[in-house]
Amino acid sequence: MKTPSGISKSALPHISVQNIFKNNFRQYGMLIALVVIMLFFQIATKGILLVPMNMANLILQNAYVLILSIGMTLCIVSSGNIDLSVGSVCAFIGAVMGTLVVNMKMPLILAAIICLFIGLLIGVWQGFWIAYIRIPAFIVTLSGMLLFRGLTITMLQGLTLSPFPNQFTLISSGFIPDLFAGLGLRFNLTCILIGGIISIIYIYIELRSRGAKQKYHFESLPLPLFIFKIVLIAVVINLFFFWLSLYMGIPIILAIIGILVLIYSVFTTQTVSGRYIYAMGGNEKAAKLSGVNTNKTLFLIYINMAFLATLAGIAFTSRLNAASPQAGLNFELDAIAACYIGGASAYGGVGTVIGAIIGALVMGVLNNGMSILGVGSDMQMSIKGLVLLTAVAFDVLSKSKSKL
Amino acid sequence: MDNLILEMKRITKTFPGVKALNEVNLRVKKGEIHALVGENGAGKSTLMNVLSGIYPYGTYSGEIIFEGNECAFKEIKDSERAGIAIIHQELALIPYLSIAENIFLGNEQSKKHFISWTQTHIKAAQLLEKVGLHENTYTCIKDIGVGKQQLVEIAKALAKDVKLLILDEPTAALNEDDSDNLLKLLLELKRDGITCILISHKLSEVSRVADHITILRDGMTIETLEKGNAAICEDRIIKGMVGRELVDRFPKHTSQLGEIAFEVKNWTVYHPDIENKLVVDHINLKVHKGEIVGISGLMGSGRTELAMSLFGKAYGRSISGTMLKDGKEITLQTIRQAIDHGLAYVTEDRKSAGLVLTQDIKSNISLANLPALRDRLLIDANKEVCIAEEYRQKLGVKCPSILQKTGNLSGGNQQKVVLSKWIFTAPDVLILDEPTRGIDVGAKYEIYEIIHKLADDGKCIIMISSELPEILGVCDRIYVMNQGKIVGELSQNEASQESIMKCIMQSDRR
Repeated sequence: MKTPSGISKSALPHISVQNIFKNNFRQYGMLIALVVIMLFFQIATKGILLVPMNMANLILQNAYVLILSIGMTLCIVSSGNIDLSVGSVCAFIGAVMGTLVVNMKMPLILAAIICLFIGLLIGVWQGFWIAYIRIPAFIVTLSGMLLFRGLTITMLQGLTLSPFPNQFTLISSGFIPDLFAGLGLRFNLTCILIGGIISIIYIYIELRSRGAKQKYHFESLPLPLFIFKIVLIAVVINLFFFWLSLYMGIPIILAIIGILVLIYSVFTTQTVSGRYIYAMGGNEKAAKLSGVNTNKTLFLIYINMAFLATLAGIAFTSRLNAASPQAGLNFELDAIAACYIGGASAYGGVGTVIGAIIGALVMGVLNNGMSILGVGSDMQMSIKGLVLLTAVAFDVLSKSKSKL
Repeated sequence: MDNLILEMKRITKTFPGVKALNEVNLRVKKGEIHALVGENGAGKSTLMNVLSGIYPYGTYSGEIIFEGNECAFKEIKDSERAGIAIIHQELALIPYLSIAENIFLGNEQSKKHFISWTQTHIKAAQLLEKVGLHENTYTCIKDIGVGKQQLVEIAKALAKDVKLLILDEPTAALNEDDSDNLLKLLLELKRDGITCILISHKLSEVSRVADHITILRDGMTIETLEKGNAAICEDRIIKGMVGRELVDRFPKHTSQLGEIAFEVKNWTVYHPDIENKLVVDHINLKVHKGEIVGISGLMGSGRTELAMSLFGKAYGRSISGTMLKDGKEITLQTIRQAIDHGLAYVTEDRKSAGLVLTQDIKSNISLANLPALRDRLLIDANKEVCIAEEYRQKLGVKCPSILQKTGNLSGGNQQKVVLSKWIFTAPDVLILDEPTRGIDVGAKYEIYEIIHKLADDGKCIIMISSELPEILGVCDRIYVMNQGKIVGELSQNEASQESIMKCIMQSDRR
């Protein structure tokens, strides 16, 4: 390889605050919108929104959308396609879980493993038709939506199965236990320590990446700005965990989602397979001619989607503490909306996992905030619809302006 | 010349970076068949697009006088109203509608706001009679062959009371019999007083039916030949088409040939959709190390299909034949295998198949060889930047930064990015399909230099090009392809534009 000194100044755009904002406008834009929406409801609800208990609730309520939107991002990025079946798959998995655990008294772990296996089978079924027979994903998953909803109702004979054992409900309502509970503190010390550890890891990664960049003589963020950035983010992380510690600590489901987001973010941005997904979504023909096995990639993406739908199904069933034939209605639409609000392109090739998470949180905060204010669910739905349109219109308009 | 139906005066049309037409003049007499010939890219189709209003009035300069009136067509409807109909190379028929529906598309036979289907089918039948097509008017377009579809297109034009019919390469996709029928029909229409402009590569046809032949070259009118008592000799037309100075358009280069490093024997490929249609027919070719081998031929001669089928079976069905690399037989089932075996294929259409336009230069360059950037599980982003920057400098891609989206680059720079992508895979055999299409002259020169540099590094280069001067200026040896077969192999000394054209013409006649 060439010596790093061969890198000219023009290799990368000059780093300035202005450029950083310009290049990441969409993502930061949505993040800013999220903060603004939160501030608005914080004031409008007279501080209830960000009460530690409500914050924990917000996460628990929206866990399923967060999980689903991760997988949906991959579907949308790879081909501009969506998966309409995820809501029904959630319900179906709930039904299987209910039948196995409530009716047949099977141990939870075994039931969960069987559910994950069934989830993978569902993914193989849908992925096969989409990737190898090339039936449009819209049609295949529309069929799946009907098929698995029907199977759910058949399996439950239209009834709701409950209750599940207590341990099962912990998945969606439990918290990581405080190791220092014996000390009698007013806050959860474990939670604070975890926050501290995470922020230290974050700072370490940032420093290492800066070091690597300097080794290559790349221009990096000016030192004061860099310090400001990592301190700000470290403070936000610690504040967040401190806030959680005032209630019951870290919800188990938050830990699961955190790990998923981390894995999928790294996967999509820093691995070969992840990059192939973006290339394929941008131009399938070019990707194919560059050696990407597009059929296989598409196949795996739909298996992954079904796998995450299974996780979401288990989490939701646990939250409901029941297997209901009506579970998971419109989940697919929430997840799709989250991706688009978070900046994914309906044509494929553009979108991020973090963006989808932010999109899901925007909707979650809207829901929660409006509920606290006593806005009816009918109005909530209308408002969410308008938010989706506004976010995407904003995206389209800003793009058409910046053309060339 | 009086009695002109059409006169185009000093038409100039520029695209960003390219002057496609430069003060072109065209005079067409009423009731004649006027042929327009020239190499690919000479400006024939552009001229016709100007005439039919596809490039609206105001985007070009010059005058169009049709039937004595100056015209300012803003869209294709305007020219149709005036009585001009254009039939493009790619037919504009809707496959799932019936013949009658297609004929009257946009020109529906209606009575008081409702379409009269009886009227539609009666009139369609009359038109089919006229063009000599014996098909039910209810038949779906997709169920009839290309030759018949061509006739439907003509019927569609006739339905609009056409005065001037323009046919762009009407026989390119037709077999002998269909072509013959079509030409006869044109002669009949001429008797009915319809004027016709015929664009064609097949000079035998042109010299047979045309009354006048206008030759375009590099966006300029060269001459108009008139058919006297004797037919116009093909050699005369070829001379007009290609008679161009070749000075300094190509960098000087002497290739150092090594041993034979890439060889293909008996390569045969069938069309992926059409049963039993041979696309590549028992082709043999070999390339030495450091050699630039050209494949010349007209559009549709099977060059791209050959290249893609070699590249890990990216095209075609029932592929047979052997491929030898460095004397050893290799079988490539997938594109990935082809890349791993040191093959690279630069597509002819960089926008739709070469680049991911929504992504930046860096990601496009690394795409075909991402695994090489992997450090354990993850991609080393810094290394990627270094690689991209290295190629940006080496190939001279002009851009503000490597984070620039490739969709915003000029054609020449886009092509350099595509080349970078493939050079980064460290190939031994590079197949370049129309590497300079749609690129301005300066960038072409730079691309040629890159190609020479690659040959100097001992790589085998196969270059497909429709531009004869380019093939002659760059290649050490030239294969001439026609109708899926190799119909000639010419060394640099033997090759000339005339000799290549002759190889093609002779094989056509056979």
